[in-house]
Amino acid sequence: MRAYVVRRFLLMIPTLGIVTVIVFLLVRFIPGDVIDMMMAQMSEQSGMGAELTEEYLREAMGLDQPMHVQYGRWLGVWPQETGEVSGIFQGDLGESLWKNESIVQEIIQRLPVSLELGVIALLTAWIIAIPIGVYSAIRQDTWGDYVGRTIAILAISLPSFWIGTMVIVYPSIWWGWTPSLEYIPIVRDLGVNLVQFMIPGFIMGMVMSGTTMRMTRTMMLEVLRQDYIRTAWAKGLKERTIIVRHAMKNALIPVITIAGMMLPFLISGTVIIEQIFCLPGIGRLMFEALTQRDYPVISGINLVLATVVLLMNLLVDVTYAWLDPRVQYQ
Amino acid sequence: MAEEMTTSPITAAEVRKHHSMWAELFIRLVKEKPMGTVGGVIMLVLILTGIFAEILAPYGYNEIILADRLDPPTASHLLGCDNLGRDLLSRIIYGARISMLVGFCGALLEAAVSLIIGVTSGFFGGKYDMFMQRFVDSFMCFPPLVLYLTIMAVLGPGLLQVILVLGITGGIRGSRVTRSAVIGIKENVYFEAARAIGVPGGRTLIRHVLPNIMPVIIVGFTTVIGRMILSEAMLSFLGFGIPPPTPSWGGMLSGTGRQYMLQAPWMCIWPGLALAAVVYGINMLGDAVRDILDPRLRGGLGRYGGAKLKKMQERLGPDTEKEE
Repeated sequence: MRAYVVRRFLLMIPTLGIVTVIVFLLVRFIPGDVIDMMMAQMSEQSGMGAELTEEYLREAMGLDQPMHVQYGRWLGVWPQETGEVSGIFQGDLGESLWKNESIVQEIIQRLPVSLELGVIALLTAWIIAIPIGVYSAIRQDTWGDYVGRTIAILAISLPSFWIGTMVIVYPSIWWGWTPSLEYIPIVRDLGVNLVQFMIPGFIMGMVMSGTTMRMTRTMMLEVLRQDYIRTAWAKGLKERTIIVRHAMKNALIPVITIAGMMLPFLISGTVIIEQIFCLPGIGRLMFEALTQRDYPVISGINLVLATVVLLMNLLVDVTYAWLDPRVQYQ
Repeated sequence: MAEEMTTSPITAAEVRKHHSMWAELFIRLVKEKPMGTVGGVIMLVLILTGIFAEILAPYGYNEIILADRLDPPTASHLLGCDNLGRDLLSRIIYGARISMLVGFCGALLEAAVSLIIGVTSGFFGGKYDMFMQRFVDSFMCFPPLVLYLTIMAVLGPGLLQVILVLGITGGIRGSRVTRSAVIGIKENVYFEAARAIGVPGGRTLIRHVLPNIMPVIIVGFTTVIGRMILSEAMLSFLGFGIPPPTPSWGGMLSGTGRQYMLQAPWMCIWPGLALAAVVYGINMLGDAVRDILDPRLRGGLGRYGGAKLKKMQERLGPDTEKEE
């Protein structure tokens, strides 16, 4: 087991290296006209257009240096202009082009919003998906199963941004009710905060439940064909006991652990939902950075998210191997 | 010698079966999967609407009739008008063209990319595979929408850019499935036999590997179309996809029109409904096609269908595929 964890960990290092190269190159391929656009935008918004020249901007972004120097500085293995070594390795993602605020700080500030949304979404997805998925499996190829599977495909097909828009438009026409567009932190008022997060979280969870439902059904079907289930039937146990105590216990391990694998899709969901419901989370930070072409922030968020996903995948694999002794460590 | 005698008739049957694969697929779809057939019809409607948009649409997609601004659905504007006085029905019809183009071109590109990466990686193995897989690993770490948005911000909005971004990134992700299918085939006896009698590598690739991963590719292709359409709509909704005034179903729900939705709620119903219906149909079709072509349900059955398949299905479950 320890050898397996160590091996997986070592395998992660080259992957992480390539991640940094991808993030670095993505943003470094900014065409020239984007620099012009940034200049236009900057002079418009900050009113200090007089001092801004293309060279200044390129220099400020470090784009005047050769590629390997830029990469080295960004990573934190090459000294910055000031002589100090500060980069990713030192936990420094640099500063936003617009606000004089460290990107790490900004991300930490925005994290609770996205985290709360994600937790609500995940719980919603499980609450919807697991009962339907289990029912679908134990009544395979009956009408109940067809309805369950149809619901699952429907959930995958519904665009979350459409549902979100409808939820904002229709209640306001019918009952004059609109979801609060001002963010209330959880520490200020728990009740108001929960009400505010419930709807966006529920929409995200609903969209995610489709995949979870199918996964639950597949896993249940697999487990229900095992010998120990037949033994349980032969012992004369009640169906309820067999399903809940014997089958679900085993079928749900992968369903729960796989939730970690769904993190990338969860993050994608928050980008959309935070935008619609004006919640200041990571997704909205990303969106703001994109519209303002704040490239250091964009690469910072990309790097952080990719690293989190990578660590999560490792965690999932290790947990899975720990929970299920049949998993081979090879 | 005796072994050769028994293997040759099976390969002959295999060849015959492959000739009629598309016909078989179609017949089985209509016979066994009513919901999949409905999905197929929805997809056909999308394709026809996309192709004949000019003939079907009563107005131009950017034809502004100021007098009819924010008109509710009436006889002259069946689905109403938007805040600029453009006929929504016409815009939905032209939007079908965008969705169709993105869906099919994106899925084709994805299939091609995943084929190139997956087949070379699985077939050659070794150091090349090791490197490629680390590369794919790193790509899969990025949340899809975040990656799309970042690349679109660099490339700028546009139809071609959307197709390229969705197709290539999807293909890199999808190459995992293709690769494992290729590795699975390499473990088969017929592949080993071909190698043993000295068939050169390139020939085994074309004669043995490619035909046998076709079901995986087709299943991937059909299931991916819906996701492509949905992703394009998301990008356009966020303003990073198809630039206005070209009507995209996602774009119609965003932008300046959002302020008018309280006065004209029909503006937000139709594009979303069209999107949901099309994606739902395509997903149903994809599901049915997967049930029919799932490689795990093939092999040893001879012809498709019949009691044998039912038994097989009972043992395996019709959709044993794990979701990503």
